[in-house]
Amino acid sequence: MIEFIEGPLWYLALATFLVGVAWRLIVLVAMKRPSDLSQARSASGGLGGALKALIQHSVPHGGNLGRTLYHFVTGYMFHVGLLVLVLFAAPHVEFIQERLIGSDLGWPKLPRWAFIVAAEAAFAGLILLYVHRLTDPVKKQLTDIDDHLGVWLTFIAMLTGCLALQEAHDGLRATHMLSVEALMIYFPFSRLMHAFTFVLARAKTGATYGRRGFAP
Amino acid sequence: MTVAPGTIAPDNRPVNVEAAVTKMEALLGGHIAAYLDACVHCGQCAQACHFHEATQDPRHTPALKLQPMTRVYRRSKSPFAGLKKALGLAPAITEAELRDWEPLIFDTCTMCARCTIVCPMAIDIASVVAATRQAFVAAGLGPPDLLQAADNARDKGSPLGVTPEVLADRVEWLADDNEVEIPLDKEKAEVLLTVSSIEMMKYPDSVVAMAKLLNAAGIDWTLSSKGYEATNFGVLSGKGDIAKTMVERIATAAEAVGARTVVVPECGHAYGVLRWSGANLLGRALPFEVVHITEYLADLKRQGRLKFKPYSEQAVTYHDPCQISRRGGATADARYLLDGFATDFREMTPTGNYNWCCGGGGGVQAMGRAADVRHEVFRIKMAQVEATGAPALVSACANCRLTMDESKAALKWDKELISIVELLADNLVPADKG
Ligand code: SF4
Ligand code: SF4
Repeated sequence: MIEFIEGPLWYLALATFLVGVAWRLIVLVAMKRPSDLSQARSASGGLGGALKALIQHSVPHGGNLGRTLYHFVTGYMFHVGLLVLVLFAAPHVEFIQERLIGSDLGWPKLPRWAFIVAAEAAFAGLILLYVHRLTDPVKKQLTDIDDHLGVWLTFIAMLTGCLALQEAHDGLRATHMLSVEALMIYFPFSRLMHAFTFVLARAKTGATYGRRGFAP
Repeated sequence: MTVAPGTIAPDNRPVNVEAAVTKMEALLGGHIAAYLDACVHCGQCAQACHFHEATQDPRHTPALKLQPMTRVYRRSKSPFAGLKKALGLAPAITEAELRDWEPLIFDTCTMCARCTIVCPMAIDIASVVAATRQAFVAAGLGPPDLLQAADNARDKGSPLGVTPEVLADRVEWLADDNEVEIPLDKEKAEVLLTVSSIEMMKYPDSVVAMAKLLNAAGIDWTLSSKGYEATNFGVLSGKGDIAKTMVERIATAAEAVGARTVVVPECGHAYGVLRWSGANLLGRALPFEVVHITEYLADLKRQGRLKFKPYSEQAVTYHDPCQISRRGGATADARYLLDGFATDFREMTPTGNYNWCCGGGGGVQAMGRAADVRHEVFRIKMAQVEATGAPALVSACANCRLTMDESKAALKWDKELISIVELLADNLVPADKG
């Protein structure tokens, strides 16, 4: 069983993730878009607006910091924490070396204290966001099954990852891999795709309004 | 009859669900799909929407307005749509849902794009709402008074019944009464001026003011009975054919007089539509430039062709019409006009591109049943103005002005509303004294 999880199932999950994400993005990019025949205020406004929106929408702006502070703080705790864990946790670096790039290549691994800080930030961020999702009247009515599944699959992957690290046990390591594989297979079919689609949405708005003179 | 926002319109019009779905499928291009795919259901947009802020009703969450399109996308156009449909994960839209969504798509969206600023994905909900309105109209839905305004525009030339004959009568009356030349149907002119029927019928002084300013600057301009109505209720109501007709009329008039510039009067959406969607509606680039009256006057001031006496009677603040500033990109021009003119000018917070909407854009002004919620929204503007301490509010949109005038009366507010064009014309320094 462990062999299956760490062997064929891993490759199946990886292929589903890569092909699924690529397929969804290709379909999105290939869909027809009406051309804009209006005369731009400035020739470079579209490109400038797209770049501005890509950067600017990463932070609250336009006097809205107070309104969006909770999301800003918890969102960054979760996303940055998770990204750091995925890319720099020692077992992940070793796994990537072993499976994908070879041991000659690689990058620094997180020391234990940094792993704990990143994990705590990611857990706290995810839990705080989820509590808000369950209690805030605005978010409650927007939430669907996809939102719950995405959160739970991520949470389980993070939790099993921490357990696997605490006790270097094959069974725990396989449980973590299984949960990550579930997440990867689910990813292209879900709203988790926002990890990629945010670029398209921000760039579209920035380009449209940038050519008008102000990218919101 | 007033319908509380969020309730189903009490009418028995038949609803063609299939037509709505077909229309949404046709309009659902990659630009909209990218938005629908990116929404993470975070709800932050609610904090930016005046309808949510004024009512604190979670139903007025902007992201909910993406629902109709999202449902169609999921069922018929997204990758894996077939799979989702087969698994029962993408149910078909029902008539009850369409009716339930109608107030969200019409009554409580002024297409102001404030939500886009806050959205971490920068989703332009206003543009999705505009497309969705077309589908609702195809299904037979939409506020009857808004739809009627669009039909009036097509059949009579203007939503408020300003036919070419009424236009000629009113122009003659205004010219005589105010001793100002208002050229109508000159054979050739450099500039074609358009008017909003709200001004023509309710704020005619603003038409007189534009004439005085253009005359003072020595502009070769005219109005045309072939194309005069700047408002485009076709776009606001989701009636694409009428939207195109209204733009066509202005383009035809401008081409007939050989105008190089078409000036849009104090009307935000008229500017947004003609300047940024006009060519797209016609399917060809416009052979003239489109400018808002504030842009045009700012340019004349820059060239030294217009001079004004400083206005120091009272402190003033400025309300940015969303379609001119945030969605139009012409934010700086009104400031340039007020700069050095209004001696005690105070900005609101937030202002400019981040300003709060008046509550009546996107055709909401024309929906009788939305009046109560509009007035609630206006309280945000009242608080903004009061915080500046200015007793007067200047703006550059007759639709905002009408919305604010109505709310001002309903809420018994004592501040003064002033049109920027009228204020400038009243303080014009005659050319020989400049
Ligand atoms: S465009 Fe304006 S009115 Fe419409 S949902 Fe967004 S904030 Fe609200
Ligand atoms: S802020 Fe943007 S991403 Fe969040 S719910 Fe609203 S539309 Fe969706």
